Amino acid sequence: MDRNEFWDLYHDWQHGRITRRHFMQVTGLGVAAAVVAACAPSVGGSPSAARTAGQTAEPSAAAPSASSATVDVNADWTPPEGVDFGDTLVVTTWPNYHDQKTLDRFKELTGVTTQLNIKGSNEEMLAELLIGNTGWDVLVPTNYTFETYGSKGILEPLDLTKIPRFDAARYDTRLLSPAFYPAGSTTQYGFNKDWGTTGFTVNTKNVATPPTTWKEFFQRIQEDVTGKAMIHDYQLTSIGSALVALGYSFNSVAEAELAEAEKLLTAVKPHLLAITSDYQPNMRSGDAWMTMTWTNDGVQLHRDIPEIEYVIAKDGGEIWSDFFGVVADAPHREAAYAFLDFMATPMVAAEDALFHGAPLIDEAAIALLPPAATGNKISYPDAASLTKLEFGTAELLTSQARADLWARVKSS
Amino acid sequence: MTDRGAAAGERRRSRTVNAALLLPASAWFFFLLIVPLIILLVFSVGARAPEGGYTPALQLDNYLELPTRAAAFINTLWMATAGTILCLLVGYPLAYYLATRAGTKRTLLLILVVVPFWTSFLIRTYAWMSILGNNGIPAIVEALGFGHVTLINTPAAVMIGIVYNYLPLMVFPLYVSLERLDKRLLEASKDLGAGRIGTFRQVTLPLSAVGLLSGAILVFIPLMGEYVIPALLGGGKVFFVGNALVDLFLQSRNWPFGSAASIGLIVVILLAVSLYLWLGSRGRVEREVSLL
Repeated sequence: MDRNEFWDLYHDWQHGRITRRHFMQVTGLGVAAAVVAACAPSVGGSPSAARTAGQTAEPSAAAPSASSATVDVNADWTPPEGVDFGDTLVVTTWPNYHDQKTLDRFKELTGVTTQLNIKGSNEEMLAELLIGNTGWDVLVPTNYTFETYGSKGILEPLDLTKIPRFDAARYDTRLLSPAFYPAGSTTQYGFNKDWGTTGFTVNTKNVATPPTTWKEFFQRIQEDVTGKAMIHDYQLTSIGSALVALGYSFNSVAEAELAEAEKLLTAVKPHLLAITSDYQPNMRSGDAWMTMTWTNDGVQLHRDIPEIEYVIAKDGGEIWSDFFGVVADAPHREAAYAFLDFMATPMVAAEDALFHGAPLIDEAAIALLPPAATGNKISYPDAASLTKLEFGTAELLTSQARADLWARVKSS
Repeated sequence: MTDRGAAAGERRRSRTVNAALLLPASAWFFFLLIVPLIILLVFSVGARAPEGGYTPALQLDNYLELPTRAAAFINTLWMATAGTILCLLVGYPLAYYLATRAGTKRTLLLILVVVPFWTSFLIRTYAWMSILGNNGIPAIVEALGFGHVTLINTPAAVMIGIVYNYLPLMVFPLYVSLERLDKRLLEASKDLGAGRIGTFRQVTLPLSAVGLLSGAILVFIPLMGEYVIPALLGGGKVFFVGNALVDLFLQSRNWPFGSAASIGLIVVILLAVSLYLWLGSRGRVEREVSLL
């Protein structure tokens, strides 16, 4: 299918002449999204998950929402008239997650300089947000945080009139659902930036036969990869993946299972090169041969150093989606909304994704990606490799057992 | 008015002036030392709120939990002590040279000691990440045929970072005390038959003891609370109490336990410094006795 055919189909679907299912089937874009969605009922473990899971695959495609009628989604972004954006915006986010060119364009269009504030875990974000007065405007939280952020009033309910480029119809309902609090309500706190998996990257020049499971990953760290491996400084993924290695759920909070995970992590720790969520520098310099890795970092590392391979563990692990949200007491609120609207523009999101490599959810943005991007097996893996993965659950963000365990492992 | 009355008025006035002049410092200490310490004490007997933070309680559980951080405490004490001794071993000859032998180059050399510190501490430490990383010193060592070494994220890397960053704190007090040293005493010592080592041990070292003691304390105390160097050069593996505290406050959000660990750290520093000062003063008394 060439680009023109694709666009014809896309317009047919946009104007309701074909169903979303047909569009996704014919274009082949539906595969990953469908599997991601199939994983979604575990999101938050909330009653709404069951409710939305019961819905048909095309709940929203039939009736494009009102906002898409007033804004041409395929046009480039233009700032709203007569709004004072100020000159600064603080975005608290993850390492290697935004293209500087995207931020430069935002400055060009609005005069606003975006400061990126890099964190290693949602827990680190939460800790500072609980203290308050962070001066942060935009947050890039992960699916399992909204229950806490919503109930504590840390994020503000989105004023959708200020984000006209966002249209829920272009997003999978179930992947968008974690952003609503209370679960199942219509109060929306964010929209998806992208999704991804938590696997590991291996430099095959140094490790000829990469592990295929978390079990092997943790074993090999204690054997031939000793001193050359890293795990995240992040309780969710590090404890979760250790649990998976032991044959338990990524989301377990069972005391006995956590105790086993602690034993494994404590045994592994002396063999690690580092515990860090910013692991690209060590992989690039060759100090590390193997590391726990998020999809986007996997794409970037493999793109620059082809012998670094990304592996989705066969025994399970995490699948996630990150969102854009606005902090409740954001000092640069207008700039924050402008930034969200900018990022909700399919053209902008697609361009940004070419840099960060994480797969997108906005169908209009996916449609704009070149075949090289959608054909990238790290970004858009085979559906079968995703079936065992789990979304993190809301209780993990505030679980004291998990938090204490991780602090103990690190200081052991 | 009698003389006595005038004197009493003078005293009263000077008391008022003293109090007024001390007010800013007192307020500073009260609000930024006493009050935070009280908060720390109150928090340390509290409990963690469900989503993290502090909730009022009265319990000693947080203190009973402290042994789980024994590894961090022992590591901190050992690295801070070793770091202070290394700074002393590297800093003393440098300070001695600067104070006695540098001659006309002295000002230039003193500036060279200080210049790196015009760059941010963080940037200097980041620079060491590249120097100690795979493409830095290990690459040179390997090219010279000495095989593969790992430096980054090891205790050795942290120690290098410590000595590099804390050296001036040791060098300057030593330099000041050595520079004041009366050269005639050294000549007298030699005239009276003491050799180079004897003169150093019996004259130079005791007379620079004040600089040595204050330099060591200036290095040791901040080193006990060090966080950045182990975080950057230790890769989250070489763990100080400071790193444990950051985790407790900024990741697991267990403020009460973090407060208890902070108080634990304060107590350990107080004990270590008291022991050190006691040993230092005992040493001086012994020397005075031996001089007689």
